[in-house]
Amino acid sequence: MSQFLQVMLSGLATGSIYALVAIGFTLVWQAAQTVNFAQGEFVMLPAFFVLAAMKLLGMPFWSALLLGLAISLLVLGLLFKKLIVEPILPHGGITLIIATMALGILLKESVKEFYSAEAQPFPSLFPARHLDFHGAVLSLQDIFNLVLCLAIVVSLTLFLNRTRTGRCMQATAQNPAVAEILGVNVKRMILYTFLINAGLAAIASFLITPVYLAKFSNGESLGLIAFIAAIVGGFNQIRGALVGGLLIGVLDNLTATYVTAEYRAALPLVLLIAVILVRPQGLLGTKEGRAV
Amino acid sequence: MTKVNKGFIVAALLLAVAIVAPIGQGNYITYTLASWLVFSIAAMGLNLTLGYAGQISLAQASFMAIGAYITALLTLSGWHWMAAMPLGVIACFIVGLLLGYPALRLKGHFLAFVTLAFNTLVFLVLRNEEWLTGGSYGLTGMPRPGFGLFTTMKQFNFYYFTLAVTVLAALVMWGIVRSPWGRAFTALRENPIRAESLGVDTRRITLLAFAIGSAYGGLAGSLIAPLVQFIEPGSFGLAHSLRILLMVIVGGAGYFGGPFLGAAVVILLPEMLRFTQGYYLIIYSALVIVMLIFVPAGLMGMGQRLREKFWPGRQQRADMAEGARLK
Repeated sequence: MSQFLQVMLSGLATGSIYALVAIGFTLVWQAAQTVNFAQGEFVMLPAFFVLAAMKLLGMPFWSALLLGLAISLLVLGLLFKKLIVEPILPHGGITLIIATMALGILLKESVKEFYSAEAQPFPSLFPARHLDFHGAVLSLQDIFNLVLCLAIVVSLTLFLNRTRTGRCMQATAQNPAVAEILGVNVKRMILYTFLINAGLAAIASFLITPVYLAKFSNGESLGLIAFIAAIVGGFNQIRGALVGGLLIGVLDNLTATYVTAEYRAALPLVLLIAVILVRPQGLLGTKEGRAV
Repeated sequence: MTKVNKGFIVAALLLAVAIVAPIGQGNYITYTLASWLVFSIAAMGLNLTLGYAGQISLAQASFMAIGAYITALLTLSGWHWMAAMPLGVIACFIVGLLLGYPALRLKGHFLAFVTLAFNTLVFLVLRNEEWLTGGSYGLTGMPRPGFGLFTTMKQFNFYYFTLAVTVLAALVMWGIVRSPWGRAFTALRENPIRAESLGVDTRRITLLAFAIGSAYGGLAGSLIAPLVQFIEPGSFGLAHSLRILLMVIVGGAGYFGGPFLGAAVVILLPEMLRFTQGYYLIIYSALVIVMLIFVPAGLMGMGQRLREKFWPGRQQRADMAEGARLK
């Protein structure tokens, strides 16, 4: 029982980080019709910005974190939109998808060549203490991660539903032409979406890297898990991505502990196919209607 | 002179070059040429999925793995390659159907996600099921096929054997693309809604395109097993699937000659950029992004655009076809 509790909690904590990545992915998909296959690399990279700031500029950890966040917003948000999405989107969706794949390779190989091919330790944001709860050893880091992620998701939802800017962003995602007519600055809203995605990816990076170590190839599995969390939860909902992320985090841990450790990496495929067959709009999604 | 005739002349010239190319060359160059042909077959299959049916498959290397392992296991236990290869190809076709059936029920790029995850599964099976696949150590010593007096044990002979298979595969692909089926693929890519309203069963056609494309991956795999004579899970990972995808894109998706050109670039470029050492992939992926910005139709498209510059025709913007939203 105590093992079960431990497995559940650490699954929820990792799952909430997956959820952040999945939410960013969903937002960009909706607002700009962009399927970003470099999303995993977007989570891998910010940790290296921080490490570089600490090593090369000698900055203390917390200010390096802030600088890393700022660079992420600039590079993964603004530059990604201006230099890659805007020029390529007119050529069609598939071209853009392939461009993001090429971008993923570019980012991964650049980190490998210019920083290091070895896994780097990354300082934790929270003290690495453990709590004893009815015999279960709960990591304080897991609890903090879970709470922080949930707080971010809640405030993001409030921002999108309750503020004027947030509602304009939703209008843009639903129908850009009408939004434009009603006086919404569609271009700016799309830019905000990319910035939010970059911010979420950076935060996810800072939270997950202490666990996995900073390595250039981190993005491969992370990206896949985030896509699948988004699809499993339902593509047109923020809470869908949240549920999808948590579910994958927990199921992944349960599979590894109780079923098979060798084939745990195959779980996303099984989940994906099950969801597509049974409930293609995702667990919480609403139907979009068109098959062609 | 009609377009088809011109195409045939170009194809005949290229074939002549391919026949002459290895004469007087060393083992290594012949080997590189043979692997160019093998990857051309894999890319040709993916071109059918991507260029004609408009679906992204990220598992072409996994299908190569399935073809390679089936061929390797059977030839190692004494089967002739001619008997083992069809089994590998059929297995890939069936797996393609099973994988594509759920993924292609939905609009959006679900096939890309399903095939992305499928890569992981294939890799895990190849690595974990040691009793069958030899695990991380892989399989070695696959015999090369012999046909009476013509044995392919020598690199030189094996190249011509690969060339013959490639030409046959290309002819079959030519037939598929020219058939009413192939026309339906193109109709589907150009305008799915119109294709549907003209009575094309879009789902079935896309599924078939993906399964046939996967079968070509299997064929390429069954050639790579005797070519390299060593296969292991690592040679069929996601990076290799992406590599084949980029071959199709660089060559020009939807052009018949695209995969051959793309495979040549992707196989030969590392040789030419060897002086850049580790930066090769960085330079290459950056070049691909730049190419997608300026000439999304690839090298073949670049040629076409040059031609149209002198003989202008009608232009259509891609974002008007499906109403992409960002301006």
